[in-house]
Amino acid sequence: MSRAEAVLPAEGQPIDQVPIVRVTGLEKSFGPLKVLDGVSFAVQPGQMVAVVGRSGSGKSTMLRCLNGLEDIQGGTIEICGHQVGRPGSWNKAQLRSDVGMVFQSYNLFPHLTVERNITLALTLVQKKPKADARRIALAVLEQVGLAEKAQAYPEQLSGGQQQRVAIARSLALSPQVMLFDEVTSALDPELTVEVLKVMEDLSRGGMTMILVTHEMGFARRVAHSVIFMHRGRVWESGPTAELFARPQTIEFQQFVGSVL
Amino acid sequence: MTQFNSFHLLYLVDAAKWTILLSLIAFAGGAVLGMALALSRLSQWRALRWLAIGYIQIVQGTPLLILLFLAYFGLGILGAKLEPVVAAGLALTLYTGAFLGEIWRGCIQSVPRTQWEASDCLGLDRLQQYVWVILPQATRIAIPPTVGFMVQVVKNTSLASIIGFIELARAGQIVNNSTFQPFLVFVCVGAIYFALCYPLSVTSRYLERKLHVAR
Repeated sequence: MSRAEAVLPAEGQPIDQVPIVRVTGLEKSFGPLKVLDGVSFAVQPGQMVAVVGRSGSGKSTMLRCLNGLEDIQGGTIEICGHQVGRPGSWNKAQLRSDVGMVFQSYNLFPHLTVERNITLALTLVQKKPKADARRIALAVLEQVGLAEKAQAYPEQLSGGQQQRVAIARSLALSPQVMLFDEVTSALDPELTVEVLKVMEDLSRGGMTMILVTHEMGFARRVAHSVIFMHRGRVWESGPTAELFARPQTIEFQQFVGSVL
Repeated sequence: MTQFNSFHLLYLVDAAKWTILLSLIAFAGGAVLGMALALSRLSQWRALRWLAIGYIQIVQGTPLLILLFLAYFGLGILGAKLEPVVAAGLALTLYTGAFLGEIWRGCIQSVPRTQWEASDCLGLDRLQQYVWVILPQATRIAIPPTVGFMVQVVKNTSLASIIGFIELARAGQIVNNSTFQPFLVFVCVGAIYFALCYPLSVTSRYLERKLHVAR
């Protein structure tokens, strides 16, 4: 665990930059089952961090904690200046405007058109006029290559298209950090590619992203740094190239060997 | 004693208007009460949840007939002497609300939890989540069982005859008393109930099919 607690510098960025996400000693239990056992890491602005590990290692739970979807039993989470997790210590509405999240199962609203899926929060939460919301929706749909689907309903789209809409929906709110929870796990390989392409473009544009993923090839190629989780802990982490070139722990070596 | 004739039939049809009125009262009142109960059952406040559960358990475990007696004779003795139509409307509202509350709670809960999470992550507050995301989806699920229950309510209005309210069933008794042709009279009464309920059943089945294949 030599590099486990290290602050992860983005390649080419100074290490003393203030991290936008900082997690220290995060603990989370479901009843007697301890899922996260002292997770610590930090993410610099503009970084893409891939969180990898076997099923049950706590990756998704950790991501959900970051967005306040789970209450936590110990440690601290600071994300975009919000102290998340402890009841009463953070303002959910403010956190929501800074952190976007995309899920494995897309979770689009099936009764609304693609455009309305995107404008809903813009008009209700950000109180934007309809015309502005519409313009933003079309812009983000353009960005994910689905401008022509604005009036379609989610069920009329392929899984990959639905997931791109979900990304656009989150993107429309101009978050500072985006969380991706196994967003390609429900997709066929050929549909996975189009979603990963959108994410790669986002990262190029400077978006800070934390993604839980099983796409090791993608993580290795695109992520600035990688966190390997094992038994509810950050077992090993560091800049991507270095980590894959010289794995420090036997667990990570085995994991890489089993998935690549 | 007179023979059953077109005058009697018109009298029955006229009484059916009161059956329809009573059904509408029960349904409108029951819908408001039922929605309040469904949302209370799902509230974050424990006291509100238990209050709703208690009400639903008690009313569902009480015969409608007893509710009618309580609303008419019971309140009468307590000093609130209600018109039969008001007492019947009240009892049916309390009864309908309890059942619709449970039906609708189930429908709201059958909207996937992930829809709550996704709308939460977009920053919608609880009221906005209900209005814009959850209830529109729950409504689709709710229409068939709700219409199905409406059929029950229409038939159950016949119990109001017991407190002297002249609706279709009571009118049938009156006509029978003067003609003493029970088979003919009550077949007519039954036919009118059927004419009221059948369109609802057909609508329910139609909606079930339609909503099953549609979004």
